[in-house]
Order: sequence, then C-alpha cells, then structure tokens
Amino acid sequence: MIGLDAIGIAAATLPGAVALHHACDTRSPRHWRNAAFWGAFATTLGVGPWLPDLVNGCLVLAMVALATLGLKPGPVTTTDDTIRATLARRWGARLFLPALALPLVTLGGTVALPQGRLAGIALVDPKQVTLGALAAGATVALALALLLTRPPRGTTATEARRLVDGIGWPMVLPQMLAALGGIFALAGVGKVVANGVLGLVAVDTHFVATLVYCLGMALFTLVMGNAFAAFPIMTLGIGVPILIHQLHGDPAAVAALGMLSGFCGTLLTPMAANFNIVPVAALELRDRFAVIRVQAPTALLLLVFNIAALTLLAFPGSPK
Amino acid sequence: MLVLSGIVIIILGFALRIHPLLVVTAAAFASAAAAGYGPIAVIALIGKAFVDARFLAVAWLALPAIGLLERAGLREQARAVVQRLRRATAGRVLLGYFLLRQAAAALGLTALGGHVQMVRPIVAPMVEGAAERDADASLDDDTRQRLRAHAAAVDNIALFFGEDVFIAVGSILLIRAILQQEGVSVAPLEVAIWAIPTALAALLIHGARLLLLDGRMSR
Repeated sequence: MIGLDAIGIAAATLPGAVALHHACDTRSPRHWRNAAFWGAFATTLGVGPWLPDLVNGCLVLAMVALATLGLKPGPVTTTDDTIRATLARRWGARLFLPALALPLVTLGGTVALPQGRLAGIALVDPKQVTLGALAAGATVALALALLLTRPPRGTTATEARRLVDGIGWPMVLPQMLAALGGIFALAGVGKVVANGVLGLVAVDTHFVATLVYCLGMALFTLVMGNAFAAFPIMTLGIGVPILIHQLHGDPAAVAALGMLSGFCGTLLTPMAANFNIVPVAALELRDRFAVIRVQAPTALLLLVFNIAALTLLAFPGSPK
Repeated sequence: MLVLSGIVIIILGFALRIHPLLVVTAAAFASAAAAGYGPIAVIALIGKAFVDARFLAVAWLALPAIGLLERAGLREQARAVVQRLRRATAGRVLLGYFLLRQAAAALGLTALGGHVQMVRPIVAPMVEGAAERDADASLDDDTRQRLRAHAAAVDNIALFFGEDVFIAVGSILLIRAILQQEGVSVAPLEVAIWAIPTALAALLIHGARLLLLDGRMSR
C-alpha cells in the first residue's frame, strides 16, 4: 500500500536528481556545496524514516550551514526569450494542457479514490490520498510535457535544476518551521503566551472577549506561522471557557471566526513560509516581504470585519 | 518565561535580516534549552520533526514539468493569450483569478492553484502581459515586481477565505475535534456557513483593491 514513506521516496527524486546534476557540473566552483545541500535534503525525504533521529538532525544542521554559507549555484543553459516566443507560437494553447493536467489529476485521484481503494484493493493509505494524487498529477504533467515538447535528452533534469536553484533554500524552510512549531509545542510556548494574554486584560464583556480572542488568534499565528497551532491554545484558553460557556456565544461562529482571524495572521507573517516566502523566491522578487506588504491591508481589514461580525452576530438575545 | 526566547530570536532575526534557516535553528535551540532539553536531544527533535513534515516536499514534484513548459514558451503563451483580450487589464485578470481560486476552494478544489504550479508560469505572465499592453511599453522593474507580488497575494487570500466554506476542509475538522474535547459539538455545515460572510468580505475588500490598482497604474 502506498503510504507516507513511499510518497517521501517519490518526493526525494527531485532533490536527488538536482544533487546529481550539480555533482556533474564541474564548471561551477560551488558544485559540491550545492550537491551536498540537495543530497542531504533528498536523504532526509527518501530514507529519513529509517535513519536515527540524530542523523536526520545532523543532515538538517548541515543544510542550514551550507545555506548560510550561500549556495550561489552556477547557471544552467535554457532557451532565451526569442526562442521561447517562437516555440510559444508553435505549440500555442496546447502548452496549457500539461500544466492543467496537474491539478485535474490531483482532483480526480482525490475524488475517485476517497478511501484509497481501487476495485476493493487497498491501494493508497486513506490519510495520504491527496498527497498520492498530487505525486501522480506531477508525473502525468511531466509525461505530457515530455510528449508534447520532445526536448533533447537530459533536459528534464536541467530544467528541474533551473527552477530548484531559482527557489533555493526556501524549499526546505516550510519543513524547518514545522520542526520549530513542534519544539515550541513541546516547550509549552503556547501556554505561556495564552496565560500572559489572559493575565493582561479582564475579558468580561462580549467586545473585549471577542477582541482578545480574535487578536490573540492573529498574533499567535503571526508567531507560530500556522493558524492550526494557534487555534487549540486560544480556543481552549479563551474561546470555550469565556466566549462559549460564560457569554453563551454560538460555538460554530466563535470557532469559525476565530480560525479566520488566524488566517489574517497567516497573511502577515514570514513564518508562514509556504505562502509568503516561497512565492518571493519563485517569482524572483527582491523584497523578502513583498507579498506580505501587498496582503497587509486586506488582512487587517478582514481582521476588523471578523471582530465586528463575532461581536454583533454571535451572541443572540444578549445586550451588547 | 524563558521558553519565549525562541520567539524573541525569530522577531530579531527576521528584523535584522539574518539568514532565516539560521534564525529558525537558533530559536529551536533556545526554546528547547529553556524547557530543559540538551543540544543532542534538540538535534534529534529537529531531525524527527523535519522528516515527519516531509509531506510538504511533495508539492515540489511539479517543478520538472513546469520547467519544461517554461522552456517551451508557456509564460510567453500566457502573456500572448491575455494580450488578445482587449478588456483584460492587470486588475481584472487578478480579480478573475481571485474568483476562480476562491470558488474552486469553496468547492474543496484547493489543488487548483499554487505559487509554483499556477502563479509563476501562468497568472503572473498574464497580469504582466495585460499591464504591458495597456502601458503600450515594457514595464519598469518596480511595477513588474509589484504585479507579481499581487498575483501571489491573490492566490493566498482567495484560498484562505474560500476553503473554509467547504465542509470537509482540514480547518473545520480541527475545529470540530478541539470543541469535541470540551464537550461542545458543532455540525461542519454550521461552521462552514459562518465562514461565508468573511469570504464575501474578502472578495469585496480585495476585489476593490485590485480594481483600484488599474487606476493607480494608468496615472
């Protein structure tokens, strides 16, 4: 049955191939540094589950050290703008097909195999169907792209490396932040912050309690980078005991608007690397905070909206 | 209180523009040390958590296909398509993508989108193409950067404030599980309905900003 281990091995093929490409690129002065970085990444993804935790930890620290030194990969050859314009005219709208096959196959797989079973046979671990479908979608997209454009041999690895080098170390940042979140949870960071917030203000009216809960969700998400990490702490600390039990707020409204306030925090923090830092790298933006800057006005207005909606709508029949 | 040292390191590190991977590692060591973990234990914890989160790396598997398509002119094609639509301005293209992304997410189709798969090869070139056609010249670098940041922001905002309208999304499952612990039961549909006002507010607020963007650019 296809589980997380098999999916990890599939995910390891990309950094593995990029590491080999770098290792063979002897013209670049830093080819070993790059090969080591992506090789370590591939190792943790592919065989990490069978290695001792300490070995994986050392591989991660090695990646951090290499990235801090600076990867500065050598350039790879690709087509220039003139050739691309000519090729675009030749292939036309057909170029969109492989790009759209990726989400379509992912969706199709998720819908067709909800329990991971095909004709009664357990094919994919039910918890990993979406990830399995995503990997399948990427494979189909690659096959279609190869069939359509028929590039010279070895082009796939070169093009993969071009994009991987372009994004660079932010590719491992989401996993690093997940690790940090786990350590924060073990160290009890959440409880300390929640107690601090509760000790600071008297949360006895609808408005103040709502304000503390929603701002708390946003601020906590800002720090942890993930509304899912903030939600249990703020909801068990303030949401359930005060807003729901003491002030009789509608539980569904409190929880939904609390979570959405957390999402406003996600839009404002570099700790949510997947959403705010990876696109900076993928779109070749100079300012590390460029995406956050654009998102900030909408995020803040929506936070105000959530606080107002929760205060005005979630406490039926009680004086405001 | 010392466990908060990790948060202080994160804030200072990002403010001082120290390498984020180094900042995150230092924060992990500081908070774990304050909670009584030795350095060897922290390294093992980082290793285990990093491997446990390896599912995050699956999304990168899109890169080889996108690379091949970019090489064959996908971005140029996206730009050309939008330049043939006379009424397509940068703001309208962004708004169109917002509507598509939010509606798809509200139906549970969160896979339709993403910075690497969709924004970089298709949406950003379309937005730039529309702006170039309207400016009748190639864009200056600052404008190009701002439009790209807007394309990324649309992908995030439409996703976040669309997906909670779908009843089987991860956040609604988490909400139910946490409330259940405290003996409060809620139906997924009730939670999803409470996500609709914010979804509409997101569309109105961000949609207005996107349309204002066209006005600002034509000045």
